[in-house]
Amino acid sequence: MKTSSKNSPFAKILTAWPEARLREGIYRAGPGDVERALGRELLHPEDLAALLSPAAAPFLEDMAQAAHRLTRQHFGRTIGLYVPIYLSNICTSDCTYCGFAVHSGSQGDRRTLTPAEIRSECAVLAGQGFQSVLLLTGEAPKAAPVSYLAQAVAIAREYFASVAVEVYALDEEDYRLLVGQGLEGVTLYMETYDRETYARVHPRGRKRDFAYRLEGVVRAGRAGVRRLSLGALLGLYHWWADGFRLGLHARHLQKECWQSAISLSFPRLRHAPHRHPVQYPLADRELVQLMLALRIFLPEVGFNLSTRESSRLRDRLIPLGVTMMSAGSSTRPGGYSHLDDGALEQFEIEDGRSPAEVAAAIRRAGYDPVWKDFDRAFIE
Amino acid sequence: MPNEPLIIAGRRFRSRLMVGTGKFPSAAALKAALDASGAEIVTVALRRVDLGQPAGDSILSVLDPKQYLILPNTSGARTADEAVRLAKMARAMGLPPWVKLELTPEPKYLLPDPVETLKAAEILIKEGFVVLPYIQADPVLAKRLEELGTATVMPLGAPIGSNRGLRTRDMIRIIIEQATVPVVVDAGLGAPSHAAEAMEMGADAVLVNTALADAQDHAAMAKAFALAVTAGRLAYLAGLGPERDAAEASSPLTGFLE
Repeated sequence: MKTSSKNSPFAKILTAWPEARLREGIYRAGPGDVERALGRELLHPEDLAALLSPAAAPFLEDMAQAAHRLTRQHFGRTIGLYVPIYLSNICTSDCTYCGFAVHSGSQGDRRTLTPAEIRSECAVLAGQGFQSVLLLTGEAPKAAPVSYLAQAVAIAREYFASVAVEVYALDEEDYRLLVGQGLEGVTLYMETYDRETYARVHPRGRKRDFAYRLEGVVRAGRAGVRRLSLGALLGLYHWWADGFRLGLHARHLQKECWQSAISLSFPRLRHAPHRHPVQYPLADRELVQLMLALRIFLPEVGFNLSTRESSRLRDRLIPLGVTMMSAGSSTRPGGYSHLDDGALEQFEIEDGRSPAEVAAAIRRAGYDPVWKDFDRAFIE
Repeated sequence: MPNEPLIIAGRRFRSRLMVGTGKFPSAAALKAALDASGAEIVTVALRRVDLGQPAGDSILSVLDPKQYLILPNTSGARTADEAVRLAKMARAMGLPPWVKLELTPEPKYLLPDPVETLKAAEILIKEGFVVLPYIQADPVLAKRLEELGTATVMPLGAPIGSNRGLRTRDMIRIIIEQATVPVVVDAGLGAPSHAAEAMEMGADAVLVNTALADAQDHAAMAKAFALAVTAGRLAYLAGLGPERDAAEASSPLTGFLE
């Protein structure tokens, strides 16, 4: 792993928004600031703060109408479908909030799929109609080294038009190697942009390096990854603080990685392992305000929505800015071909509907479910 | 001036409205818009459709190749190589050797890359494709592409999906004035009046997608665009003529010399 720079361009932007400045932006914002933000063509960071502030709460419906209009204009009435494939649940990190962590106390088998097992998972999902997959591992460069990831990407490419990974942060040349195997997307959540919280919830392991993770998405973009997904694990810190910094991060990446499409995810921490009470739980209303504010700040950015949220909420979030949804997910390695139903899962799925049922719900909401939005021919 | 059919690469078309197929909420909505538009040329993003399984696809399932010229487009391609591969794949899968060249390396505004577009056009023309390039409203680029042998040029009115109308009006006017191939105004036309304006200026055709896909009534909006295109064309033929920078004075100052 290369030494990481603490003075990267985005680290500087973060430094320019210390907690005190952000708090002031959030708590001093009034209705006039919210109205001004809603009227602007290109929003400033101060406008994002206003939309995330308590002053924006009475404007939620206005924000929803604006977010709906912007999303329709940029993405039409379509929702892309994707599905995660957990390759491995082995993890050397000890993130206090995660079921895969070394000291999480979680019970269940630990395993890494063999190439043949990856194939059987792919075959099941391709049979359900999926053309877009997200391959996941824990933070385990020994159990799932880059060569293994490259092999997994190559296998998945035989079955699907689009392959993305959500794995540990990699060096630029490693991302490039995966791009050479047909990788289209990288998802890398910062978890939290608050340095103190980050240090507290990542007590040991290579993930402790805040700067290296922060710059991971830029490294992926430089390596030619076409879709970059960011997120903060909501519940680790104040949602408005992490949401604000997530917005700045996305806007920075739009400039720095101008050939990559940026998307955001909104993973909400609901049930964490016993040792980690969720300190900053987020109500539905706050999740909605966060999504709306970021949509208005970043009209061209994709929004992913996973099965961490319930079917009831997911269906209602569709018109509020969502562009991609996962469906029929399992968070345990081998979960689709039932290799080992005792394998440890990362988190419990809240929306257990089948892909066909989710597609039907999307249609009922007045949207076209899109299974394929990339083609193998893009990559040789 | 008689209203002659639009001729592209030797093929005749009665309709001067081309339609894009993205962003519609359902196959039924797309079909309703297409039927009402009277369009004969319909463009399809190759990244979006599964040519191997057309029956299950919400776009391909409503496109009868006997009724429409299906014009595959390379949207999402970032380099000439990618666009060339996509075009060849479409031809290999049985689509006609026509391609709407879209080289949009930045996903935010989907603006076309002039350098890669020129490169890809050259390769594809040599490979026997009929090439319709989506371009920035750049008159010199338009001439360069025309010299390579593209079948049309397709300058943008405004960024894709923006509904902002003919923001590039002055440059499009120059392109129309100088072109020897059909000029199709593509992207940014959000209202029938925008389409009429382009046709009044002398554009040979327009391409519309978002405005139809985002309408409450897809068929009615498609019909409105079709009427606007016809009206704009008639007005152009009736003698609006191209605008000029220099005014033609109605009382000549040098008349006394006659």
